[in-house]
Amino acid sequence: MTTVCIEPQTAERQEQAELLRPGTKAPDFTLHVTPDQCLSLSDLTGKPVVIAFYPADWSPVCGDQMTLYNEALPEFEKYGAEILGISVDGAWCHDAFAKHQHIHFPLLSDFEPKGAVAKQYGAYREGEGICQRALFVIDRNGVIAWSYLSPLAVNPGADGILQALERLPD
Amino acid sequence: MSTLQVPVSSADHVQGDPHAPVTLVEYGDYQCPACGAAFPIVKAVQKHFGKALRFVFRNFPLTQIHPEAESAAETAEFAGAHGHFWEVHDALYENQLGLPLYLALAEALNLPEAALREALEKRTFRPKVRSDFMGGLKSGVNGTPTFFINGKRHDGASDFDSLAGTIAAELAQLETSS
Repeated sequence: MTTVCIEPQTAERQEQAELLRPGTKAPDFTLHVTPDQCLSLSDLTGKPVVIAFYPADWSPVCGDQMTLYNEALPEFEKYGAEILGISVDGAWCHDAFAKHQHIHFPLLSDFEPKGAVAKQYGAYREGEGICQRALFVIDRNGVIAWSYLSPLAVNPGADGILQALERLPD
Repeated sequence: MSTLQVPVSSADHVQGDPHAPVTLVEYGDYQCPACGAAFPIVKAVQKHFGKALRFVFRNFPLTQIHPEAESAAETAEFAGAHGHFWEVHDALYENQLGLPLYLALAEALNLPEAALREALEKRTFRPKVRSDFMGGLKSGVNGTPTFFINGKRHDGASDFDSLAGTIAAELAQLETSS
């Protein structure tokens, strides 16, 4: 007798995955930061890391969000923190966007397999095929200290990130 | 919800009745087109609410995409140190930014031109501008202009109806609770 395979939780499958929560070890990844260079999260062990998943280069709100973090870099640096932007855009697209907006921090390409890192963090929008607007602050030991999912159309600003960095133990 | 983390103080540039029930705080950038578009709207909102509204302007220059925004903010602060903040604030939004404008404004207001040049060269007012910016970041400023109405970030549009509607609702709520 064959078992009829009924996909469980069909309704839930329509919903978006949940972000990884504080206390979870941040999954390591290696992504292109330029067309010929890669960066791994584990390269930054020992430093607090801010990860900003965002839907796309060039869309107006994203531009504002990455522009804002660009301006906030000296404040992140006070905590010794590195910030990484991640979207599914290709490395050449990031390169053009970063030059256009004078972005001075790494924009990583979660391009192939598409959205694989975002999926690991629960920050991928199935159906649309883009990253959520999701923030993570990772402590010096590589553990997620804070995560936040913003509505797609709302630039979340930097206040939550700065508060999370402030709360990290030295 | 993001809220204003730096209370209005004597370090701020304030227009309107100090005892007004509603305070509108703007974080703005003199080179930002959206702030330029909001400038006459803020004027109209101020006129509409009269003594019920006080207005505060704080600096939030996005220097990497707006190369003139920082020197414009420092020029306004220089004028503020000489008691002429609002004239320069208004003129910066109404004109093409750049040193010729800053010097012309100084001359028109009888401010010492040499002192302005020195202040811009030595970045005398950068700490004030940076302090405004940092307070904005901590308060959840997420672009320019960002408005706070009685300390609460206004996430609606920066048009007259949205700003005036939120201020009117705040006034109505204050009247109900008093």
